[in-house]
Amino acid sequence: MNRRDSIKALGLTALSTTVLIDACKQPETKTEVAAPEETAKEAGREKWELDRDKKLKSETFFNKHEMATITVLADIIIPKDDVSGSATDAKVPEFIEFIVKDIPEHQVPMRGGLKWLDVYCFNKYEKSFVEASEQQQIAIIDEIAYPKKAKPEVQAGVIFFNRMRDLTASGFYTTEIGVKDIGYVGNSPNQWAGVPDDVLKQYGMQNVKV
Amino acid sequence: MSDFQIKKSPTVYDAIIVGSGAGGGMAAYVLAHAGQKVLMLEAGQYFDPRIDAHQLKWPWESPRRGASTVRPFGDFDASYGGWELEGEPYTTKNKTEFEWFRSRMLGGRTNHWGRISLRMGPKDFQAKDGLTDDWPITYDDVKPFYDKIDRMIGIYGSTEGLENEPDGIFMKPPKPRLNELFIKKGAEKAGVKVIAGRGSVLTEALPNNSDRAPCFYCGQCGRSCKVYGDFSSSSCLVIPAVKTGNLTVITDAMVREVITDKDGTAKGVSYVNRKDLQEYQVSGKLVILGASACESARILLNSKSSSHPNGLANSSGVVGKYLHDSTGVSVSGFLPQLMDRKRYNEDGLGSVHIYSPWWLDNKKLNFPRGYHIEYWGGMGMPAYGFGGGVPHMNGMVPDRNGKMKEAGGYGKSLKDDYRRFYGTTVGMAGRGTAIAREDNYCEIDPNLVDKYGIPVLRFHYKWAKEEILQAKHMQETFLHMMKEMGGVVTSEIQGPETNYGLLPPGKIIHEVGTIRMGDDPKKSALNKYCQAHDCKNLFVVDAGPFVQQGDKNATWTILALSMRTAEYILAQKKKQNI
Repeated sequence: MNRRDSIKALGLTALSTTVLIDACKQPETKTEVAAPEETAKEAGREKWELDRDKKLKSETFFNKHEMATITVLADIIIPKDDVSGSATDAKVPEFIEFIVKDIPEHQVPMRGGLKWLDVYCFNKYEKSFVEASEQQQIAIIDEIAYPKKAKPEVQAGVIFFNRMRDLTASGFYTTEIGVKDIGYVGNSPNQWAGVPDDVLKQYGMQNVKV
Repeated sequence: MSDFQIKKSPTVYDAIIVGSGAGGGMAAYVLAHAGQKVLMLEAGQYFDPRIDAHQLKWPWESPRRGASTVRPFGDFDASYGGWELEGEPYTTKNKTEFEWFRSRMLGGRTNHWGRISLRMGPKDFQAKDGLTDDWPITYDDVKPFYDKIDRMIGIYGSTEGLENEPDGIFMKPPKPRLNELFIKKGAEKAGVKVIAGRGSVLTEALPNNSDRAPCFYCGQCGRSCKVYGDFSSSSCLVIPAVKTGNLTVITDAMVREVITDKDGTAKGVSYVNRKDLQEYQVSGKLVILGASACESARILLNSKSSSHPNGLANSSGVVGKYLHDSTGVSVSGFLPQLMDRKRYNEDGLGSVHIYSPWWLDNKKLNFPRGYHIEYWGGMGMPAYGFGGGVPHMNGMVPDRNGKMKEAGGYGKSLKDDYRRFYGTTVGMAGRGTAIAREDNYCEIDPNLVDKYGIPVLRFHYKWAKEEILQAKHMQETFLHMMKEMGGVVTSEIQGPETNYGLLPPGKIIHEVGTIRMGDDPKKSALNKYCQAHDCKNLFVVDAGPFVQQGDKNATWTILALSMRTAEYILAQKKKQNI
């Protein structure tokens, strides 16, 4: 098979599998047990993985108020700019709702962190975080967004914001909007011919050979 | 009346092979092509990379964006299995550590492995280090099989003429990426040799093979390859062997034990079907174990009978002992010179583009055996965890205006930082020789069975000063190299309390040595052809037979030894010796 054929073949998964299916039949003494499939099959996935995803998607973790707070925070962390849209444009809050169910270690720190934020905000401005003005919100974020200079009394907020920031970045840069923004241009069949000449020149690497 | 029964097949196969990874796959390939009627039992489910690979999927096609929640190496990784399998526990003894990775699928762990394909060298087979045992075979015994495998499967690399890093029959290696040029320069200054990588990925068309196509550089070998451009046992060995009409594969067949006759010869295998949970027995003239070093040891130890009271092939008592996994230490960071770099596709291929073979003389060092270094970094596809380092790194180097700023942040400025730091990461990991020791072993845990009622393994494994001093040397070397290439280290520097970052045994997934070969039946389970001393029609073709692994990844040697054993079986059959 040459390279062009192979690239064409990528779209074709309907390779004749009859030989293989025959070969995989159990010995003649065995009676086949046809287990009813509850979840639609997907190539390359075990059934338990699909069942698990389905179950997670049917559940809800965050309540409306928590989701509203997550939405405000996500857009503070990744706002729209000249290059790309915001975290909510990339549906980051929905991703966070899924990932805390998928990775339950996030649940207590996220729920508790959101609560910390509301209480801290209320003590300061007598409003929950989402109800506070933009200026008030930013004032609080400035206190917790810089781990090294944050005051010890807001340490719980710093820890929460670190997690929220990382989840936002994970959720944003793994979407079409985020991948385009960051400039990842791979994931397609190509020929790797080494570092482009202009780049070699830029870094003075023309003469480095392996 | 009881519903319980054991279903016995009337067919007697020429050979029954347990496991479909590199060892089982190669034995099946050779025997089926020679006209033998072979039955292969695989504990996991069917997997064909052409159909089942998640190659070329985007991160948003995974609800967890590629996170490693359900698969240890990420959601797109070609592995059904992992460190923990539901209902199939293992235990450890005396608070020691061992992590056991199992893939349950056709082709086993070869569907997702790194494709780094290194030959063991003459000094790996006979080290003469005063500490490790010699193999009963030499490099020259194995070389013809390495050569055949290179031609049959395909491997890239560069001809170097290094004594203990024997050259193969190579296709052209991939060109280095930008960060790899920085590594090369920094390594040179630190006195570390860097050469082209060696991997089983087709950088050129494989002659006389119409099933496999050359690499198209998506860098995703870990997801397995739809055009069979890299080596997996499923795509390159088992599926072609099935096409001969001589190989039958039964998937979801979890082997319980090898059944022996009254005279002690193997006559078949019993297994439980994972789907219907029924019990089966199959018969064969030969039994070949390729279930993985630890799983094959487990099967032998569980195959007790009046003629084999210690377990099959275990009159010496060595089965399970001398377990060893490669050592592993890593350091990572970023190259500030690469901030704001130009974007282009540098996926390259999914195995290593460059590596460092062991370059020093252990006689001048305080540890007996060496390591090689693997490297990574660059503009990879974003996945879960992306950008996690940026709110730390942005406090370590000056901003666009040349001023230092506070680490962390949010908003447009942070968004700019994610862009600035993209593609600057660089890392390196050592893979070193661990000493095969009698006291590092797996055995049957007398107190626990898995959900199929099969007694499970219990591990006892401790690193010793030889591995710890080697790990210390690795970390010092990597920090030196990072400094010489102008890199900033972001990983934590480890001290003696964490063995300088030495990972727990099993983590590198190179575990070998549990069914060692040797000339003396009192000190080894197998002869030099991987045939059991105690049972002439029983063979082991995975990494169990290894006497002492070098720093080289095990797969290429597993393939060579399995091919050698399969050819030996055919020759012995001709002579009617088995």
